Amino acid sequence: MATLLLAGTARAEVPPERQAELRRLLLHDCGSCHGLTMRGGLGKPLLPETLAGRSDEALAEVILQGVRGTPMPPWREELSAEEARWMVQTLRQGVSHAR
Amino acid sequence: MPGRRGLLGGLAAAALAAGRAEAMTAERGTGDLGLVVERASGSVQIVETTGRSALGRITGLGDLSHASAVFSRDGRYAFVFGRDGGLNKIDLLQGELNRRVLQAGNSIGGAISDDGRLVAVGNYEPGGVRVFDSVTLEPVEDIPAAYGPEGAARSKVVGLADIPGRGFAFSLYDADEVWTVALPEGGAPEIRRFRDAGRQPYDGFVTPDGRHYIAGLFGEDGLTRIDLWHPERGVQRVLPGYGRGEEPLPVFKMPHLRGWAVAGEQVFLPAIGRHELLVADRWDWTERGRVAVHGQPVFAVARPDGRQVWVNFAHPRNDVVQVVDTESLSVVHAFTLGRGVMHLEFTPRGEQAWISVRDINRVEVFDTRSLARIASLPAESPSGILLTARAGRIGF
Repeated sequence: MATLLLAGTARAEVPPERQAELRRLLLHDCGSCHGLTMRGGLGKPLLPETLAGRSDEALAEVILQGVRGTPMPPWREELSAEEARWMVQTLRQGVSHAR
Repeated sequence: MPGRRGLLGGLAAAALAAGRAEAMTAERGTGDLGLVVERASGSVQIVETTGRSALGRITGLGDLSHASAVFSRDGRYAFVFGRDGGLNKIDLLQGELNRRVLQAGNSIGGAISDDGRLVAVGNYEPGGVRVFDSVTLEPVEDIPAAYGPEGAARSKVVGLADIPGRGFAFSLYDADEVWTVALPEGGAPEIRRFRDAGRQPYDGFVTPDGRHYIAGLFGEDGLTRIDLWHPERGVQRVLPGYGRGEEPLPVFKMPHLRGWAVAGEQVFLPAIGRHELLVADRWDWTERGRVAVHGQPVFAVARPDGRQVWVNFAHPRNDVVQVVDTESLSVVHAFTLGRGVMHLEFTPRGEQAWISVRDINRVEVFDTRSLARIASLPAESPSGILLTARAGRIGF
């Protein structure tokens, strides 16, 4: 699916065993607000089309810093910048790939 | 009505112990039955709390992340509300999906009216409440959560609960409002709006006597209270400024509120962004104390006798359940159960606590006096555990 990524975007490097943890985090913890299928809930939808037009770096920054005044918390204590970028790229492929 | 055909008619019987299946072919009541939501696989298990076993699994229920359920007044049917807008009616005796409608794009939960005739669903998309006939699931009423100039905006609805008088109360997350609606048979809905009800209500509940509706607030320290006996008194605050101006911690999971917060003379409420339970007086709603706990509380559930409150916690501290003694307001026990303790439910008399542990794929059952584990049931990423005793309670 790498061809779906924006041209010029480097694939985030995350070891396979950590990827399994991040997938679980994505589905269950992100999913508790954004929906298991990422169609949204209290939080916004995180579908490939809703993320289109914003860079990996900008979206990773949202994950790391959170969004003030909303329930979106900062995840920087738990995720590195590289891992946050990996989360964004996984979301861009569609969440069925994360299962 | 007991079911003659037997519960396991069309179920995934292969997943079950053979002896249990035979036991379930007899006529039975539903008072000791319940559901375990398997959030990732879109299924529920039917369980019973006498032998503490699973009776069967029903699949094809859609996206069950954050799924909850209410029960028909005879305890035979469960209405399971899926995240994807699915409203599923499950026959607990036949062990099958009776009806399913996709009533919205994105939902958060529901309630059943005191007469058992109406099932209401709170929706994020489109924001509002939709009401259905509990027998047929035919639509009865559509209540858009419209707000702002000319009502052009639609708010996400949270904290939907039944209230006495064939009514429901709910909160508008985006509009900072609480609404009540009564739905008299054959008449027009009677909607009452409470504006300026506090910033970003995230959930709400009705006290077990049906008198007060309480909304928890994400956007400010405090809760909102409405006296349903005296709606003319408007919105009142509970525990305003409980954070004392300190910066809250990041909230990795929203707490949940229901009537289980009330334990005897006290109400136990999760603090947002703090490792604390807030304790309010049941009658004058002033602060009685605080309990320092392991993490940010998600569910704080009173044992039905009110002597203990069991608490689980938000990510990343979600592997623990603590037991709080309601007399001393101290933690008297802690269980470490595995990552992803999602929910807990007491049997109606409180002798058992059923706890779902997502990441080990188990439902653990504890004796609440000895605190010994008395059963452990396999389940796929279990979340909500909902027992039929809810059928007879206001606000459940």
